[in-house]
Amino acid sequence: MLYKGKQKIWSDYQKEIPDDHWFYVRSCIRQNFFPASEVTFLRILRDELGKDIYETPHHTTCGGIAYHQECIPQETQMTIIARQFALMTEAGYENYACSCITSFGLYCETLETWHEMPEVLERIRENLWKACRREFNIPKYLAHSSDLVYKFRNEIAERAKYKLVNRFTGEPLKVVEHIGCHYAKMFPSKGVGGAEYPYVLVGMAESWGGNVIDYPERRHCCGYGFRQYHVKANRGYSVSNTHKKFESMEPYHPDFIVTNCPGCPYFLDRWQYVIAEQTGKTYGGDGQGIPVLTYEEMAGLVLGYNPWDIGMQTHQIAVEPLLDKIGVEYDESKKYEGSGGKPLPEPEFPMNIRCC
Amino acid sequence: MIDFGYTLSKSGTLKIENLDDSRFKALHKLEPDAYKCINCGSCTASCSAGVFTELSLRKILLSLQRGDEKDYINQLQSCMLCGKCMLVCPRGINTRHLILSISKIYNTVDR
Repeated sequence: MLYKGKQKIWSDYQKEIPDDHWFYVRSCIRQNFFPASEVTFLRILRDELGKDIYETPHHTTCGGIAYHQECIPQETQMTIIARQFALMTEAGYENYACSCITSFGLYCETLETWHEMPEVLERIRENLWKACRREFNIPKYLAHSSDLVYKFRNEIAERAKYKLVNRFTGEPLKVVEHIGCHYAKMFPSKGVGGAEYPYVLVGMAESWGGNVIDYPERRHCCGYGFRQYHVKANRGYSVSNTHKKFESMEPYHPDFIVTNCPGCPYFLDRWQYVIAEQTGKTYGGDGQGIPVLTYEEMAGLVLGYNPWDIGMQTHQIAVEPLLDKIGVEYDESKKYEGSGGKPLPEPEFPMNIRCC
Repeated sequence: MIDFGYTLSKSGTLKIENLDDSRFKALHKLEPDAYKCINCGSCTASCSAGVFTELSLRKILLSLQRGDEKDYINQLQSCMLCGKCMLVCPRGINTRHLILSISKIYNTVDR
């Protein structure tokens, strides 16, 4: 497709994203896999950009994982979501931002269901009132947190300490962007750039100096797929999907992968270890893997945050080669130093993949 | 190598240019319901013969639709034509009749 054509599609799928005053909800699994990413998001929005982002400890799961595994009925899941909206209403906010792609897809699905079937909305209001005596307003704007970072990408670029450029060659870093399936494949109009050409991560990477590579399996699932992973007997299917992506991107020699989903960075990161142990194959140079970052980590790196403060040591694939390419300063001896200087437990090293 | 309890599986990619669907088209002419199947597996779950043999109507139909029936078609010989699959099919397919037509077109009766 001609570039002009892509530009046109992107302009058709530009999303209105309010400037300020957001009610923010965290992701269940991101808090466990990459906990510093959400902290980094809040640090960038609040401290760097001075935005009003509110979060509450009363927020719970959206029920997405159980819903997609058919463990809970849709009405129960919608009532859980109604409770989150009630928390937003009680806090006096109208703009709702979530950190999780699964949640984002589910919020879109729920809002669409309520729009199409107002009687369901009334039933959910009743359910919520009976369950916990709460009332809610439907958010005026719903966004994924990557939409917010995308919106402020130029402000972040102005404050950037580093660029996504290989300091040894002067070339832009080759970036693989991977969008979570539930971001725009379910409701294309809700994502920046739609389902075919989602621009949310491309916009960030390009604004910060990187070069996004296009490869055949670019829009393929990361392999998580809920039941494909959670049922152990199906995990071969999950890792095979991820394997297909890596085989497809390998000839382009990416410097790193960036994702906007909770599951994708985890599986693209951890499955590289599993593939290496099962087949002996690694996809980065020199026996290493391809580092996988969240978009908040990418933003944190260009802003010059300490890589160990933004959780780069929680990755399976070593990020040091990438940090060296960008020129990020770091102290290797402090990699496993927790808050207050308390040492964190150090992981065992795998056999077939080098981790520095 | 570490045994994780699961391994990489072979890609199931189909090459559509190599697909021979002439017999499936003949089956579809005889049994318009052949495309109705959603591969839910209710037939396989309720199959008495499937408890003792490899018989899986879900796998057979899927392989026929993909033009790659050779590994599965002989399973039909285990079918007792009891019709339990017909009772549970959510799409209302006359599976008993479908099995007979498959046997006729794919010559499993003579094998």
